[in-house]
Amino acid sequence: MTALLSVTRLDAFYGAFQALFGIDFELRAGESVAVIGANGAGKSTFLKALAGLVRSRPDAIRFEGEDVGDRSAPQMLRLGVALVPEGRRLFPSLTVEENLLVGAYSGLRPQPWTLPRIYELFPVLRERRNSPSTILSGGQQQMVAIGRALMSNPRLLLCDELSLGLAPIIVEDIYRVLPQIKAGGTSLIIVEQNIARAMRHVDRFYCLQEGRVTLTGKPGSVGQNEIHRAYFGA
Amino acid sequence: MTGQGRIVPGGARDIAWRQQIGTVTSCWAALAAVAVIVALMLLPAYASRGLIQDLIFVLVMLTLAQLWNLIAGWGGLISVGQQAFVGLGAYGLFAATVLAGLDPLSAILLSGLLTALVAALVGPLLFRLEGPYFAIGSWVIAESFRLLCAQFKPLGGGTGMSLPNAVVADMAGLSFVQQLLALRPAAARDVMVYWLILLVMVIVTAAIYLFVRSRYGLAVVAARDAHGAARSVGIRTERIRYTLWIAVGFATGVVGAIAYLQKARISPDAAFSVVDWTAYVLFIVIIGGVRTLEGPIVGVLVFWALLYYLAQFGSLYLLTLGVLAIGTMLFAPKGLWGTVAARFGWQLFPLRRLLLRR
Amino acid sequence: MAWLDTVVQGILLGGVYTLFALGLSLIFGIMRLVNLAHGDLIVLAAFLVFLVMASFGVPLAVATLLTIALMFALGFVLQRAVLERVLGDDIMPPLLVTFGLSVVIQNGLLLGFGADSRRLQAGAFETLSVDVAPGLSIGLAPLSALIIAIGVIALLQMVFYRTSLGRAFRATSDDTQTAQLMGIDHRNIYAIAVGISLAVSVIAAVAFGMRANFDPSTGPARLLYAFEAVIIGGLGSLWGTLVGGMVLGVAQTIGARIDPEWQILAGHLAFLLMLFLRPRGLFPARQP
Repeated sequence: MTALLSVTRLDAFYGAFQALFGIDFELRAGESVAVIGANGAGKSTFLKALAGLVRSRPDAIRFEGEDVGDRSAPQMLRLGVALVPEGRRLFPSLTVEENLLVGAYSGLRPQPWTLPRIYELFPVLRERRNSPSTILSGGQQQMVAIGRALMSNPRLLLCDELSLGLAPIIVEDIYRVLPQIKAGGTSLIIVEQNIARAMRHVDRFYCLQEGRVTLTGKPGSVGQNEIHRAYFGA
Repeated sequence: MTGQGRIVPGGARDIAWRQQIGTVTSCWAALAAVAVIVALMLLPAYASRGLIQDLIFVLVMLTLAQLWNLIAGWGGLISVGQQAFVGLGAYGLFAATVLAGLDPLSAILLSGLLTALVAALVGPLLFRLEGPYFAIGSWVIAESFRLLCAQFKPLGGGTGMSLPNAVVADMAGLSFVQQLLALRPAAARDVMVYWLILLVMVIVTAAIYLFVRSRYGLAVVAARDAHGAARSVGIRTERIRYTLWIAVGFATGVVGAIAYLQKARISPDAAFSVVDWTAYVLFIVIIGGVRTLEGPIVGVLVFWALLYYLAQFGSLYLLTLGVLAIGTMLFAPKGLWGTVAARFGWQLFPLRRLLLRR
Repeated sequence: MAWLDTVVQGILLGGVYTLFALGLSLIFGIMRLVNLAHGDLIVLAAFLVFLVMASFGVPLAVATLLTIALMFALGFVLQRAVLERVLGDDIMPPLLVTFGLSVVIQNGLLLGFGADSRRLQAGAFETLSVDVAPGLSIGLAPLSALIIAIGVIALLQMVFYRTSLGRAFRATSDDTQTAQLMGIDHRNIYAIAVGISLAVSVIAAVAFGMRANFDPSTGPARLLYAFEAVIIGGLGSLWGTLVGGMVLGVAQTIGARIDPEWQILAGHLAFLLMLFLRPRGLFPARQP
């Protein structure tokens, strides 16, 4: 099976500062992959590069057979790559429903995720549809952020630190919907600091440390010690 | 800053540092500047009256440009209403001489002080407006003063008035200059004004240089670039900004008074003209180079040259200036001097600080 | 009764000032850009309407529609070609560029049309009025300007709060980067915003050009009135701008009643007083 996404020797820079060094990465359609690592390892930067917020060499990122490394974020969205950004980043001037609707701004694929289906996925949002997004709890905001990204019906959903600042029980609620998203035909890349949680929900994982891939494999096939070494580098 | 910092056992106190600010180029430039100033001082002995009058205009524009550069470029207070202070300085001069009978030279000083007072009063009001709205607010202030002065009949109201001969006939120092250079009163007056504006220009430029070089200058730039961070290290951003605003208001008023002493005729539309006292000044600074002391000097020379060749074309001249200014901001935002200096690392007024081992 | 008439005339004048202010308010709200050439663009629009009427012999209404289309396109190009390059964290470049633009437009108009003042001819409509009470007559032209101002605000609010484009405007104004993640190209959003601003300015130009003379130098005054209306009304609120415009209009007509030469100064003083007493304006919107 050919890869939906293949990343080859990806370097990423913030100005003169290099954040990623020669990342190789692959994802097949229908897979969910975790990217784990400590703070500052480059996980967010990796997702931003995939989403088009950070530009790289055109051939560093191949999505659905096209070289897209130098495409902009709106262009990547149109191609079917959506990012749920770290910290949610909801629009304060928009209500919950408007935040969801703006996710569908590009008006491309109408299926399978529509507004009613998002409300089915996250029923609590329907009650709050006309509230300003800012008054929602952290967990609810995370649901809006995911729903917003889903409204563009992406082929690939990138989730940056879904559990950031949330209580474990809320995080479980959120992770519970991931299989439904996969079932809808969307592949997933999940960035997480919590190794155990990440490993429970994905087919494969990559570990980053200081901008480099230090380990990759299937959950369960790699020992704790090896993961710790790859994670912390000690 | 040159050199790498290293954390050494014992810390920084074991290493003696010194700051170096001058460079070889700047030393030669300083000598050249002194020579130029001396030459300019001696000029009235040889130059025609026309040239002296042109130079008065150039020096006025240069000084205003340096002042605007200070308040807007370094201070971050982008005002398009400095014509308020020019006009107030001018009207202050006329009021002090015509209405209160003061000698013009003292009147100029008094006028500056009055303008500073207005700046002090108006400042807090304007500072309530953020960034771009501050700019328009300053314009409103200028327009308000223009309209107020147009209502002030004792100084000619809307049509304005000329400075009576009696006011300038026995100006302090006039007869001395007359005899020194064998000139008639009117020409001698021009020379006096010329020396006066030359002196003011030198003082203003030196003051700006020392200020920007000092820690207050650093503070003001920090306040502009990162307000919150600056305050968190104890910089009294509001107070420094306010003081700067008042000082620039004072100096602008003095320049305005001097300019109108020479013109000897005032009207609200002219004294508070946004074109003459803001548009031209902005263009000089932009084309020459913002946030550099050399920029306005280069800018005023370009301005003078363009004026010489294009002034006859009226609107076309202003149009050209406008297009040049826009083009400069779009494609060479550092201005003529700024772009060239960045390329070659020149600095005539050395401002960079080098931290060196002693 | 004479004072009531003064206030009513001031409110009607406020309609025109509101129209001046809407374009300015829109661009600042979405892009944080203050366009110092705003007033001159209104005057440019007035001259364009005049030109279209004179060149094609069409009535005012048709000329207005044509000019709206023209100015929308001009705004779009202006943003993409010029303003886009200077937008950023530093407020100096956009201020200086738009100031330069103001000078360029004024002098361009001078070169093209001369310094003579003009008026937009609307025929009999200009002088029609309704006598509401003895000593109080309401001109149809000023009244329609106020009604149109209200209509434009309602239209803009509808666009902002009920359309996909409006959501895109608000999202871009909140967080440009995340808006990009939604597929929103902020460059086009900004260009549309500037286009709309200029289109509204055409309406403002016609409302103003029908009742007063205009010449190439009248731009800056329009900018100042627009600005004062926005600040008095409160940043971020279009309905607030309507109130601000009316307050400004009433201040001016009261000033004019005391002495015709005091009209404009009275407006400035009212603005400065508001700045002193309530710096955030009458109805400031929640600032995120």
